Amino acid sequence: MSIFVSTFYLFSLSVIAGGLMTVISRNPVHSVLWLILAFLSSAGLFVLLGAEFLAMLLIIVYVGAVAVLFLFVVMMLDVDFSTLKAEMAGYLPIALLIAVVLVMQLAMAFGLWSYADTAVGAREVLVNPEYHNTQALGLILYDRYFILFQLSGLILLVAMIGAIVLTLRHRKNVKRQNILSQIYRDPDKSLEILDVKPGQGL
Amino acid sequence: MIQNDLNLILPEILLSIFAMLALIFGVYRGQDKKTATLTLATAGLMLIVGMWMIFGGSSSEAAFNNMFISDAFSRYAKALILLSSAAVLIMSLGYMLRHDLGRFEYPILIIFSVVGMMFMVSANDLMVLYLGLELQSLALYVVASIRRESLKSTEAGMKYFVLGALSSGLLLYGASLIYGYSGSTNFQSIIISLDSGSVSLGLMFGMILLVAGLAFKISAVPFHMWTPDVYEGSPTPVTAFLSTAPKIAAMALFARVVYDAFYVLISDWQQVVALMSVLSMFVGAIAAIGQTNIKRLMAYSSIAHMGYAMIGLASGTLLGLQAMLVYMAIYLAMNIGTFAFIMSMERDGQPVTDIGSLSQLGVKQPGRALAMLVLLFSLAGVPPLVGFFGKLYVLRAAYDAGLIWLAVMGVLASVIGAYYYLRLVYLMYFGEKQDLSLDIVKSPILSGFAATAAVVMVLGIINLFGIEAAASLAASSLIN
Repeated sequence: MSIFVSTFYLFSLSVIAGGLMTVISRNPVHSVLWLILAFLSSAGLFVLLGAEFLAMLLIIVYVGAVAVLFLFVVMMLDVDFSTLKAEMAGYLPIALLIAVVLVMQLAMAFGLWSYADTAVGAREVLVNPEYHNTQALGLILYDRYFILFQLSGLILLVAMIGAIVLTLRHRKNVKRQNILSQIYRDPDKSLEILDVKPGQGL
Repeated sequence: MIQNDLNLILPEILLSIFAMLALIFGVYRGQDKKTATLTLATAGLMLIVGMWMIFGGSSSEAAFNNMFISDAFSRYAKALILLSSAAVLIMSLGYMLRHDLGRFEYPILIIFSVVGMMFMVSANDLMVLYLGLELQSLALYVVASIRRESLKSTEAGMKYFVLGALSSGLLLYGASLIYGYSGSTNFQSIIISLDSGSVSLGLMFGMILLVAGLAFKISAVPFHMWTPDVYEGSPTPVTAFLSTAPKIAAMALFARVVYDAFYVLISDWQQVVALMSVLSMFVGAIAAIGQTNIKRLMAYSSIAHMGYAMIGLASGTLLGLQAMLVYMAIYLAMNIGTFAFIMSMERDGQPVTDIGSLSQLGVKQPGRALAMLVLLFSLAGVPPLVGFFGKLYVLRAAYDAGLIWLAVMGVLASVIGAYYYLRLVYLMYFGEKQDLSLDIVKSPILSGFAATAAVVMVLGIINLFGIEAAASLAASSLIN
């Protein structure tokens, strides 16, 4: 077995193990950590495929941002996972049935898998093999797929607007510190010197 | 090259730039105080672009490496989308301001949603299809829960979002299988790969998953579960929007996928579409009977109507496609009128959606009840009205295509479905007397829309306002 094949099996096994443990581990924090293992191993698989840019992206985006966010959510939210799990147990038989049917269907689909005769040619149109990964991606993203790139930008803008619309509240009765008005406060107007006669008060 | 491409998507560019400028204007100049200005400006721009779609040229061109296509079919769908969105925006403005929903982001989100729909109907590539769909849906998830202090509205948005994400997942899985088989996401390349030899089972899976994802968006049974809850929970103007423009866009996209990319596999998708059509018609007709909330009732009504439109799709012929397009235009007109009426249902200044409140409306406010009567008869498909001709058209297409059983099912479901529309009419004219009655509507815009839609239902029988010719042109540009 060459080093390539053995590395492939190593990474594949750890992706599968990570995915499985994400689902079945009892502690939600452990689940997220297993998920990170699955992400890292898939990044390894990408490197084996020669897609090193995607591998780094996966680590930066999924491990660096998404998984850490999950970790925070899981730790901060007070979700009682044990009752959730108890409810889930009731649906277990039907879920297993559906899963078995799905697996059988997918096995059928992939067992009889075939490519169209034109598929290989169509796939090769996109990339010039002389370019390295990052360059090829840039060329596709900003040139050929320009319109898709812009559309994704619009989607992100909508996501931003949506997050603000649904969460921003303008509270009226909150006292905020206004530094500028404090600085511009004039001693002549805020101070008044009174001559108080003894025994009279104000 | 790029100049021509950009010219072709000029309407979309115009709308997006307007939306961004409106966003900045809204943020810096008074925020929610500018809602009325922004809404009217948005509606005006949509009307202009809609007119441009109707009268602007008859070419059929592709842009951006064949990913985006502008033909008579896409222009027909875009015109319907833009005009109906403009109508819904104008009629919902008063309601939004009165009921403390006048957020200036609302019209902006609607524009982005419309831009997404315009990309959907022009998609000639699985990636544009997905991004357009996602842009459209994401904006809709937000507006569905825009009344954020209401539990029901939040629940509606959440439910719509979670189930929508699930359907996007199905759609993407299907798209990846299709790409795996054909080596390309472009519809033309997919057609070439389908013609080249035996079709793999994996591709069939991909196509069916894609169809399931699209069926979710048009709320066809068995992917309809979200519809009643989302329709009920969303604010009424949002419900009116959900039941009009997105349905056109998803239906047009559905038509383009099955008639353009996968037309070779007609024997495979035809049975699926026909089955969904029958189920939608019957579930829509039977489940609506027990409803007492008029928005839930309209949800089931729209499920049933999508079933009829899918009869046209299932027939797989030029006539079928044309019938579907005509049906969708008629459906739009009926729904806009009906929702104008629903938005004007108020008691003591508060919106009501209970159908019991319609009791005796025919005696107290005869003009309003008459408009609703005409619209309900048209929705039910009672003969002298336009709704009847829409149904006749799709049934005729199914008959001509040899799907006689489907046409018979359509007639049966139509008879069952007529019950709940006629029950509303019964309530309005012969319902029990009650002390509480609906307020006299003071909004000339809402009554104007309801009345105009009712008049259209009657006058349309002369020549359907020429929509037939446009639909025929659109249909023939898709099938060649």
